[in-house]
Amino acid sequence: MSTITEVPLPKHKREVIDQAVIRFAGDSGDGMQITGSQFTNTVALYGNDIATFPDFPAEIRAPAGTLPGVSGYQLHFASNDVYTPGDAVDVLIAMNPAALKMNVADLKANGILIVNSDAFAANDLRKAQMTSNPLEDHSLDKYRLFSVELERLTKTALEHLGLDAKSISRCKNFFALGMCYWLYNRSMDPTVRWIETKFKNKPLLVEANKLAMKAGYSYCEATEAFQISYEIPPAKLSPGVYRNLSGNQALALGFVTASQKSGLRLFQGSYPITPASDILHELSQYKDFGVMTFQAEDEIAAITSSIGAAYAGALAITTTSGPGMALKTEALGLAVAVEIPLVICDIQRGGPSTGLPTKTEQADLLQALFGRNSEAPIPIIAPATPSDCFWAALEASRIAIKYMVPVIILSDGYLANGAEPWRVPDVAQIPDFPVRFATEPNSPEGYLPYKRNPDTLARPWAVPGTPGLEHRIGGLEKQDVTGNINYEPLNHEHMVRIRAAKVAAVVQEIPDVVPVGDAEGGLLIVAWGSTHGAITAAMNAQRAQGRKIGHVHLRYLNPLPANLGDVLQRYKKVLVPELNMGQLLWVLRAKYLVDAIGLNKIQGRPFKQAELEQKIEEVLGL
Amino acid sequence: MSTATLPPITPLTKKDFQTDQEVRWCPGCGDYAILSAVQSVFPELGIKRENFVVVSGIGCSSRFPYYMNTFGFHTIHGRAPAVATGIKAIRPDLEVWVATGDGDALSIGGNHTIHMLRRNVGIKVLLFNNRIYGLTKGQYSPTSEFNKKTKSTPFGSVDRPFNPISLAIGAEATFVARSVDVFQAHLKDTLKQAAAHKGSAFVEILQNCNIFNDGAWFSLTERDARSEHVMQLEHGKPLIFGKNRDKGIRRKSDGDIEVVQLGNGIAESDLVVHDAHHPRPSYAFLLSHMEHRPGFPTPIGVLRAWDDLPRYEDVMNQQIKDVIAKRGPGDLAKLLRAGDTWEVR
Repeated sequence: MSTITEVPLPKHKREVIDQAVIRFAGDSGDGMQITGSQFTNTVALYGNDIATFPDFPAEIRAPAGTLPGVSGYQLHFASNDVYTPGDAVDVLIAMNPAALKMNVADLKANGILIVNSDAFAANDLRKAQMTSNPLEDHSLDKYRLFSVELERLTKTALEHLGLDAKSISRCKNFFALGMCYWLYNRSMDPTVRWIETKFKNKPLLVEANKLAMKAGYSYCEATEAFQISYEIPPAKLSPGVYRNLSGNQALALGFVTASQKSGLRLFQGSYPITPASDILHELSQYKDFGVMTFQAEDEIAAITSSIGAAYAGALAITTTSGPGMALKTEALGLAVAVEIPLVICDIQRGGPSTGLPTKTEQADLLQALFGRNSEAPIPIIAPATPSDCFWAALEASRIAIKYMVPVIILSDGYLANGAEPWRVPDVAQIPDFPVRFATEPNSPEGYLPYKRNPDTLARPWAVPGTPGLEHRIGGLEKQDVTGNINYEPLNHEHMVRIRAAKVAAVVQEIPDVVPVGDAEGGLLIVAWGSTHGAITAAMNAQRAQGRKIGHVHLRYLNPLPANLGDVLQRYKKVLVPELNMGQLLWVLRAKYLVDAIGLNKIQGRPFKQAELEQKIEEVLGL
Repeated sequence: MSTATLPPITPLTKKDFQTDQEVRWCPGCGDYAILSAVQSVFPELGIKRENFVVVSGIGCSSRFPYYMNTFGFHTIHGRAPAVATGIKAIRPDLEVWVATGDGDALSIGGNHTIHMLRRNVGIKVLLFNNRIYGLTKGQYSPTSEFNKKTKSTPFGSVDRPFNPISLAIGAEATFVARSVDVFQAHLKDTLKQAAAHKGSAFVEILQNCNIFNDGAWFSLTERDARSEHVMQLEHGKPLIFGKNRDKGIRRKSDGDIEVVQLGNGIAESDLVVHDAHHPRPSYAFLLSHMEHRPGFPTPIGVLRAWDDLPRYEDVMNQQIKDVIAKRGPGDLAKLLRAGDTWEVR
């Protein structure tokens, strides 16, 4: 028996911090999106507040190791409220030289940089257009660099399994993930469960991925490489059951809920397009809710089949992005003319034309407002956060049915793919909005398809198959009340005005705006859509320094809230930050004659908090 | 028995399908004859009036729904098959007919036409083919003959035309037929056969535009010439045509077909017997294409009627039923809480 008392190794330091930003970057084929979303899921389950920013190329597999092939996933997680994915990162994982080159500028000084040193041979450096090896040339001296032989270590951990070299190499992202779990003291259990479900028919891959992750964790434990690990306590969220939700998932769930609450079958006509396709993927799974998804032959058939389904009595939606929106234009006019309920989701991306398919932008606002021939107004709703997409879907469906109008939802790539914790609502608390189809003639002369409800100006909805209500509708100008074709000048003016009045009447549904922050004073920030988080973070920081700032985030872009004009008058300056050339700015200046100032970024990326703060200070003359 | 107490069922008549709207086609237009035929056939189908939906696109023919006292939807140019597909998906029980023209169905809406046909959506398509753009006042259409002189082609068109029947068969439509506006009895009979077909039914109706393309089908409709140039197809009957019914279509040893004169040792039994129900479309395609060959007649009647393929809308709805049977009806509260969740107390 040994009498020697084992001397414990010096324990590494564990520091409690309140937030961190981590970015996984690698080749498109390195599994960075999976790695990032697994880490996200784990910290969310632990109770941190989160915001994510997946950023990937449009090409499925650009040439391996090259700069255009770099895919990244950024996560901001904290024990307090999180509004943005973070301007700069605390920890960067770079799987190859290209990923390092494209991302290192965002790493904070003294930030943790984990690099796969096995991917820095001369050829790898050449593909990333590097002339010297950054791991050796001291260009990374301002960071805490951890060169880890991810390739070799993963191979050592898995070589006894008898897997081929390629499959082994593909597990190295989970080695890196295991390291990050150690670094932030997180349990690997949720990812273990995910691996077991994902590869349930491939036991060898279950084993390999679990082993790789555990090897990464143990590597940190054994080598004490980091000397320090971090603890971020759970955030103080309001009580309830939470899940992680992306904007596109939220839209899908919102529409299923709207279908249940209205008692209508849900029909989605759609044509695959980035970044909207995930809504189709989600909804096609929900056939047990009677959801009918139709992958049409083109964008036009996607919307026109939806118009047909709405005519036949369904809650009909169509989902697309800017180029698809352009193709749907004429059919949108038809929906306006025949006054039929329809929800159109435009998940905006960079343009014009094909533009930046996977990058975010807010440049379809004027298209949504005016992009049709003649006078064809359509209500527009813009969700502000990923989970707000759920409520936007419900609200758009309710308004479409109540007013017999098409309604546009303007989301964007950032909301679509970004995720945040969502407090699952109590289904019973969401009000029903049952639909009453016309069943009887509405006049002694028979059924009058354009006889309107005096409050909403909505026409009745009589679906085919209803005896005695046979009638004709179409895109030609018609007489009000009877719906008969009519080309008379005064009738046309009446119809144009009544269609506009109907959309204007939707203002009844819109709550007055109440600025967040200061109710009056030096500066009002007016914005819409996915910029909500960054603006909130910037405003909070600026107000903490004593500046008087209010923030109005418009959820309804057409019609605008009734009191917006009054609110604009209460501030000395109005700043309108947008990811476009100034489209809401243009609307506000035209409608309210307000000398508003724009902050415009058109880079396919969301605002950084610092960019907003800088502009706020400039406008305030600081 | 209780049947005595039921109110007497008044059979529908042609009048029940007429609207109070003034018909605004040019006097002498072939569309009048088609409207009359459809209004005569609908009451004979044993379908309630409220279950008919007539959908159209844009063009002269697409004014059709306004004159039919049924549910009607005059949509936008070329999109009627897609709108009709949405209607059928949600309401497979409805009887949906599309009225369209050569420009609407084959030019601007060509994509929707072929995709509706390949899916076999249970829609009846009436394609009014007058080989001209009428409503826009006389430009050539995708069925206009090569070198056609029109307002937009003063030196003659340089496009090769579509054969609508070949196109539909190429898209593997399960019912493909052709009739002519002035052959009322044949047209009505063809419409009835189309109505009896469960899947997609495509009927090309050769129609005259007496303003912009008068005599569009003169060689087929002119009384003296028609029997020489038109071959009426009947399932199970040999392919015969000619004023004296003395010509026929015979298979050659290489699989092609030829026109033969009956007599001199060639009997009816040597001719091709028309088989509209063949599951494969190649024979029907061969028939559809013969009019382009010298000496061959233009076939009218039902080229293909193969009804063994399930309708798209039925498959769509059955899939939903199957999933519900397997998983049970969806539980919204459960769906919203799906996946990994955590509780904050």
